[in-house]
Amino acid sequence: MDGTAPVGPGAGFGPDLAEVFGPSQQHGGPELVQLLTPEGERVEHPEFRFDPGPGVAEDEAIRGLYRDMVLVRRIDTESTALQRHGELGIWAQLLGQEAAQVGAGRALRPQDFVFPTYREHGVAWCRGLDPLKLLGLFRGVDHGDWDPKDVNFGLYTIVIGAQTLHATGYAMGMQRDGVVGTGDPDRDAAVVAHFGDGASSQGDVNESFIFAASYNAPVVFFCQNNQWAISEPIERQSRIPLYQRALGFGFPGVRVDGNDVLATHAVTQAALQRARDGQGPTFVEAYTYRMGAHTTTDDPTRYRLSDDVESWKLRDPIARVEAYLKRNGLAEQSFFDAVAAEADELGVRLREGCKAMPDPQPLDVFDRVYAEMTPELEAQKAEYAAYLSSFEGAH
Amino acid sequence: MAGQSTRQSTGQSTGQSTERITLAKGLNLGLRKAMEADPKVLLMGEDVGKLGGVFRITDGLQKDFGEDRVIDSPLAESGIVGTAVGMAMRGYRPVVEIQFDGFVYPAYDQIVCQVAKLHFRSQGRIPMPMVIRIPFGGGIGAVEHHSESPEAQFAHTPGLKVVACSNPVDGYWMIQQAIACDDPVIFLEPKRQYHADKADLDDTVEPAPLFTSRVVRQGEDVTVLAYGPTVKTALKAAEAAAGEGRSVEVIDLRTLSPLDMGPVHESVRRTGRAVVCHEAHVNLGLGAELAARVQEECFYSLEAPVLRVGGFDTPYPASRLEEEWLPDLDRLLDAVDRSLDY
Repeated sequence: MDGTAPVGPGAGFGPDLAEVFGPSQQHGGPELVQLLTPEGERVEHPEFRFDPGPGVAEDEAIRGLYRDMVLVRRIDTESTALQRHGELGIWAQLLGQEAAQVGAGRALRPQDFVFPTYREHGVAWCRGLDPLKLLGLFRGVDHGDWDPKDVNFGLYTIVIGAQTLHATGYAMGMQRDGVVGTGDPDRDAAVVAHFGDGASSQGDVNESFIFAASYNAPVVFFCQNNQWAISEPIERQSRIPLYQRALGFGFPGVRVDGNDVLATHAVTQAALQRARDGQGPTFVEAYTYRMGAHTTTDDPTRYRLSDDVESWKLRDPIARVEAYLKRNGLAEQSFFDAVAAEADELGVRLREGCKAMPDPQPLDVFDRVYAEMTPELEAQKAEYAAYLSSFEGAH
Repeated sequence: MAGQSTRQSTGQSTGQSTERITLAKGLNLGLRKAMEADPKVLLMGEDVGKLGGVFRITDGLQKDFGEDRVIDSPLAESGIVGTAVGMAMRGYRPVVEIQFDGFVYPAYDQIVCQVAKLHFRSQGRIPMPMVIRIPFGGGIGAVEHHSESPEAQFAHTPGLKVVACSNPVDGYWMIQQAIACDDPVIFLEPKRQYHADKADLDDTVEPAPLFTSRVVRQGEDVTVLAYGPTVKTALKAAEAAAGEGRSVEVIDLRTLSPLDMGPVHESVRRTGRAVVCHEAHVNLGLGAELAARVQEECFYSLEAPVLRVGGFDTPYPASRLEEEWLPDLDRLLDAVDRSLDY
């Protein structure tokens, strides 16, 4: 002690935790990686820059990201409306998180694999999954009717954080398949594990960090910190910024402006490349805000201030890209009109497709429990089939 | 037939290559064979590498197959099973070792919500060819959490298959069959039998299918249903009963989910009486399901209620009490007598 250090119960044990959630942290703090401001101004970052990839013009790529975000938002708002009309049982909204998901999704290569939560509609879109497939789960006709192998996008996982372990194991499998660190850009692969701020408290998430670090697995832990786990604020989950936890597990963490699609793209791209190169896991904290409710059953007016929501509206992920494109003359009005028309068409297709989904048949429930059905389940199915057929012809 | 053991191979022998092995050795040899047969088979667990596991079941396998295939894991059971799920999704066939039965519960969520449901959830697109090996049961004088019998919790879960081996030769074959199975298998190993008895393994004899029960001693008066560690108890009881002129048939269930009720129904229709014996608590244990199935199918053949002998409905006791707590020869014979006297 030299007399200038703070004296008190915490003195000598690290930073003053009162500052961790103080005013300087309100919009992500000084560590936030940002490449496009809320006002639509490009800014430089010493370590990260937007790279649209070989053979793609930057303006064209940014217009593409804009289109993605507009269409993803339409998937979300249309699905919310379908729930209000009774066509979906529930919907997990992503409003406000379009940049985090589209940036992360467009940074992927075809051979990478994604493990989503139940809210990664934007990543699903980037993987080429028909958004109608997402609705089946929320309508209650299936638990996810797509083949993960076709789009390298896993099934939605409802148990919070469970998929982060699957992602780590899958990445360990990639290591054993010799598709990590070969230097071949078409061969080297990595995994993205999505989760949220609430999940960061789960044992499985922490165990996945330990396994990934221990085996140097090629996995990017992509946390969308949208500030709320249903009604519980981030302060209930963590007393330090989430990205700082990574260091304790032995790999780098970075906090990126989750409403800045150029920044989320750049940071995810760099983290994926580290993983593909065999340099192990990275924690990416996409600092964003859940503009909607947790799901359509939630009522955020009971637990948070509308002032907060209003302040985050000024940081809208789509508006800043639109401002950037318009101010710099990088897109004509006809482009914006065409994207809007495409969104309308998508909305119609979702509405009609959702209502046309066939209900599952009662006997279907028996068929996919096992790869090899057991004789006792076969007997139960036969018994139920006989019971059902006993009503045939009855009125 | 009373008193005559029929504990023998079910197939045809074509060679002379016999070896005398313990259950531990049988499992070790079976794992080795499975790893030789399929490069996608991986082992993972705590201390399974250099140490060969705390029971030495994986002895020597890391040396021969390398650290990429025999993986020492961090001490986190949910992590072990959860990462194994990811490996299975990538096309591997993970065999994970839970060090002791009482340590499986941190992995319970991954087992019942993920391992058991992924094939169903994915409409068959994601098979889960995983084996979760669990040393189970008591009788080794261990501290708390090392002597549990959690089989009913897994047998109650649709999507899992649950088997229990009882002897060295079954251990050798059943572990290979479980690994070859495209569904997830909870593989229960009676830990007190690991290094207890030896048996002749003839590698050329065709094994019985995995999900089948087997009559291991024929009898006429009463049928005893057992699995895992209580098969030996039941055989001893049958031997003792024979000395008193009572003919006890013993069935080693081997598979707990699905149950193979064919041999059980056939037996009980002959004897008219059944006693179930397991180490697990009686309340809502496997015995309850077996009793229900027997009365559904053999109602008119029954001469007595189906009786159950097992652990009491208490937590597992301190080890100085375990021989009182566990079903033993005398408690089983008492139940046999009650059934016969009914």
